Amino acid sequence: MATILVDGRACPARMDENLLQACLESGADLPYFCWHPELGSVGACRQCAVKQFSGPDDKAGRIVMACMTPVTDGAILSIDDPQAKEFRAGVVEWLMINHPHDCPVCPEGGECHLQDMTVMTGHARRRYRFTKRTHRNQDLGPFLNHEMNRCIGCYRCVRFYRDYAGSEDLAAFGAHDDLYFGRHEDGALENAFSGNLVEICPTGVFTDKPFSAIYSRKWDMRGAPSVCAHCAVGCNTIVNARQGTVRRVINRYHDAVNRYFLCDRGRYGHGFATTPTRPRTPTTRQDGIPVPVSITTALDRFAAMAARGPIVGIGSTRASLESNFALRALTGPDRFSTGLPQPEHDLTMQVPALLRATPARNPSLHDMESADAVLVLGEDVCATAPRLGLALRQTLRRAANPAADAAKVPHWMDAAVRMLGADTPSPLRVLTPAATDLDPIAATAHRAAPDDIARLGFAIAHRIDASAPDVPDLSETDLQLADTLATALRTARRPLIVAGLQYANAALLHAAANIATALHAAGTDAALSLVVPDCNSMGMALMGGIPLDDVRAMAQAGRIGTLVVMENDLTRRLDATILHDLLAAVPHLVVIDHIATPLAQQADLVLPATALTESGGTLVSTEGRAQRFLPALLPAMPVQESWRWARQLSLATAGTEPDWTDLDQIIAAMAQDIPSLSAVADAAPGAGYRLDGRRVRSEPARISGRTALRAHVSVHDRPLQASPDTPLAPTMEGAYSPDIPGALIPFYHAPGWNSVQSLNRFQQEIGGKMRGGEAGTRLLDGTPHTPPNWHHDIPPPFTTGPDDLLLLPEYRLFGTEELSTLSPPIATRIAPAALRLGTMPAGLENGTTATITLAGEQITLPVRHDSALPPGIALCPPHLAARAFGTPVHIQLRREDAS
Amino acid sequence: MFGILRTLWLTFLHMAHRRVTVGYPEHKPPLPPRYRGRIILSRDPDGMERCVACNLCAVACPVDCISLQKAEQDGRWYPDYFRINFSRCIFCGMCEESCPTYAIQLTPDFEMSEYLRPNLVYEKDDLLISGTGKYPDYSFYHVAGVKIPGKDKGEAERESPPIDLHTLLP
Repeated sequence: MATILVDGRACPARMDENLLQACLESGADLPYFCWHPELGSVGACRQCAVKQFSGPDDKAGRIVMACMTPVTDGAILSIDDPQAKEFRAGVVEWLMINHPHDCPVCPEGGECHLQDMTVMTGHARRRYRFTKRTHRNQDLGPFLNHEMNRCIGCYRCVRFYRDYAGSEDLAAFGAHDDLYFGRHEDGALENAFSGNLVEICPTGVFTDKPFSAIYSRKWDMRGAPSVCAHCAVGCNTIVNARQGTVRRVINRYHDAVNRYFLCDRGRYGHGFATTPTRPRTPTTRQDGIPVPVSITTALDRFAAMAARGPIVGIGSTRASLESNFALRALTGPDRFSTGLPQPEHDLTMQVPALLRATPARNPSLHDMESADAVLVLGEDVCATAPRLGLALRQTLRRAANPAADAAKVPHWMDAAVRMLGADTPSPLRVLTPAATDLDPIAATAHRAAPDDIARLGFAIAHRIDASAPDVPDLSETDLQLADTLATALRTARRPLIVAGLQYANAALLHAAANIATALHAAGTDAALSLVVPDCNSMGMALMGGIPLDDVRAMAQAGRIGTLVVMENDLTRRLDATILHDLLAAVPHLVVIDHIATPLAQQADLVLPATALTESGGTLVSTEGRAQRFLPALLPAMPVQESWRWARQLSLATAGTEPDWTDLDQIIAAMAQDIPSLSAVADAAPGAGYRLDGRRVRSEPARISGRTALRAHVSVHDRPLQASPDTPLAPTMEGAYSPDIPGALIPFYHAPGWNSVQSLNRFQQEIGGKMRGGEAGTRLLDGTPHTPPNWHHDIPPPFTTGPDDLLLLPEYRLFGTEELSTLSPPIATRIAPAALRLGTMPAGLENGTTATITLAGEQITLPVRHDSALPPGIALCPPHLAARAFGTPVHIQLRREDAS
Repeated sequence: MFGILRTLWLTFLHMAHRRVTVGYPEHKPPLPPRYRGRIILSRDPDGMERCVACNLCAVACPVDCISLQKAEQDGRWYPDYFRINFSRCIFCGMCEESCPTYAIQLTPDFEMSEYLRPNLVYEKDDLLISGTGKYPDYSFYHVAGVKIPGKDKGEAERESPPIDLHTLLP
């Protein structure tokens, strides 16, 4: 630690940071544009000028750019120095010369970093009397608006988009005054993280297009901390709502998970909760037609159904822990299903056990970024867990750090470090059946069938630790590859193995566990990360249940009277014929869901549940972190949380009345019942939490229209609606300070800092932990490690017959995840399904169509040749062409006659 | 005794003064144009709605009696609905002061009493007038940089023509 003097005030500072960070951490208001905590410094905007003095006797001092000057112990600087202030005022005045008179019609207005910085520097009157330069805008697709007139040329967008997120289709064009940031032509931005440009851009060049259509100013929206439901990474989000609708989702900083960035699926996927087809009332089926009924009637109907036979519940990996637990309490643990068929069920159940049994660390996303060797084993993380893919991408940037240290360049000096690291070998090694977005930056990108990748994995483990089982009859090239990869991993200090359930291959997981165990035994600080498919797959794995196959067996044996399916679309899980047989064997089907699924159309009773944005609950992410989401909206009855429905169903069946009525109580009951989930209550403060004796307010202090919003309905005030599940107060009244716990942040605001950049004030140190404490709690830590236990299930080499193909699910960023697909902006980005083949069978050529029988459906798909695929492998997006297709399956190709 | 007489004298003296009380409603007092009465939404000189739904009036309103929702057509922002609850309005004029487009203006009309409070809730149809109000010449979109039908990029006041990115000239 060092101490610096800022305007005579002694402030603690870290030696590995720059003066701008130190000033901001000390609470001083120092304007900046081009610096970003995650992107580092480039010194492009000249806005953060301060005066530095060489010693107590130096009265003249010199102006330095704070973001480009390292902290030195005893440094003396002045932010308030008149010369420095004049310098900064001059810079802002130059930047504003061309800035259009747009603020009233700019979606950034009110949360604009440029507005804040202009006010901070005191620039108020325009002196420049000449013309403003103008630019034409581009159509950047369904996610972003482009308004280039507003650009101040800080280069943050391209630095994020190209350097950090690794895409090439956004660039800086022109020079000097003509500088233009855009694509070479109109079109949607390709990168999976393009939505972050909204938060990265300090002004309104890139703004959120779907949000703009239902726009509301930042000060007008209630916020609630939430967790993304569109993959298992568990990125923290803030859901903004006004007038009973969700307006947008923005990033909520979590130092160990998503930090500053969200993927587009998470940012734009929330539209599923506002689809017009969404069930809003309980419906029963009368003569095949759904009829809306009251809650009482619905519960009476259920009681009548339940009287005729045992109830079996099917939970869901996309429902909260609480909802699953409530259903499990309704049916009993023996009749509660995870909602997963084999082999997904067994694999999902295995994951926590594997992570616990493997002595290697189970890393957080931020932890992964500092890995110095990464082996991705058979998982396209950029599609199944996009934010994890972005974290892996950062290992390349970190790899440059030793070179920077040698050259005595601080790590935050971004351009210099990237330049120094240009020749650093990549720590990434990708072994997957198909090309992934990480391939271009990987040192090795090897294509093989999942079984062959698993064999390679086992071979690598054996080469690191001879006691691990070896793989017989590997080919010469595979042997060489295994040797190279084993050497690379073993010589690393912090190697990381990433595998997942994408190809539902147990051998892949075991190979990954073997490598991690071997690396740990070899003395490295090894880490193993296993990617599960859904937002609460890990929670379900910890809770446990019977597989869908057992439910089928029970149904065939006539042991099910009523089947309650909660937030699970079984048409995506089971082949059409199998599902038909199952439903035919079940007298009554009850569906609790918040989206209209094909399954719900066949249900005898549909109960409308809340979406994630309207309820409180807990999800467990792929690293085993339990994280709480809180309601941004209060649902209008009869829509209520799945667990409240389950509770009412319990009451209706005259069984035992559950002794929980609100979220905290159900969490306590769950902790008592399921030991592995006992720590879930620590994920966030309960509803009784008070900050300075008051609840945390969920609305900004200056929310508007309170007496006019509902005035066309009634001019009378309504009593406040409060939820018993959330510690947040429903209005602008309540406490708010930078010390709010990380799990309860409803919005970011600090005096003078209206944009998301006010986050700096909420952190203990910039890029560090939240001042109010970390959100979520890790559930898989702290278990005693057993001695290395090698897995021996080495699969035979992959072979197929001449007409036989192994069809693998090709997960995509958009289109294969269930909920986001229903969101209109995402739906426009879904590419049509195609069948990708490594080797084209005779009679088929690129562009022709082929018919296959897949998951009980006969589907016809265009055929694309993909030379990168190994022979005998075909790819097709899951759930897109054939609804129930999700796990690898052998198929026979038939050529479609071109008639 | 003298005090009583003096008081009576002063009182009766008022009989000779000019009457201040106006016989309202038969006689209406002259109100200055900047009088703060009923709020209206004006149009710009082209006859288009001036309000760009920036929400500044709503946030400036100390009694929170203004509510609106932004909508957009061809780059032009406008309020989808615009509601003022006059039963709450205190006619402070902060909305007018905060308006960046001179759209919301207070007028010298105060005769808006109603028997029922719901009748004091004015929607956009009730607020929007067909004229420019106090500011006859101002048109926000002629100053702003956004493109709207009839005004391309670079055609606003004090704007250069759009930059041609394909030129190689410095």
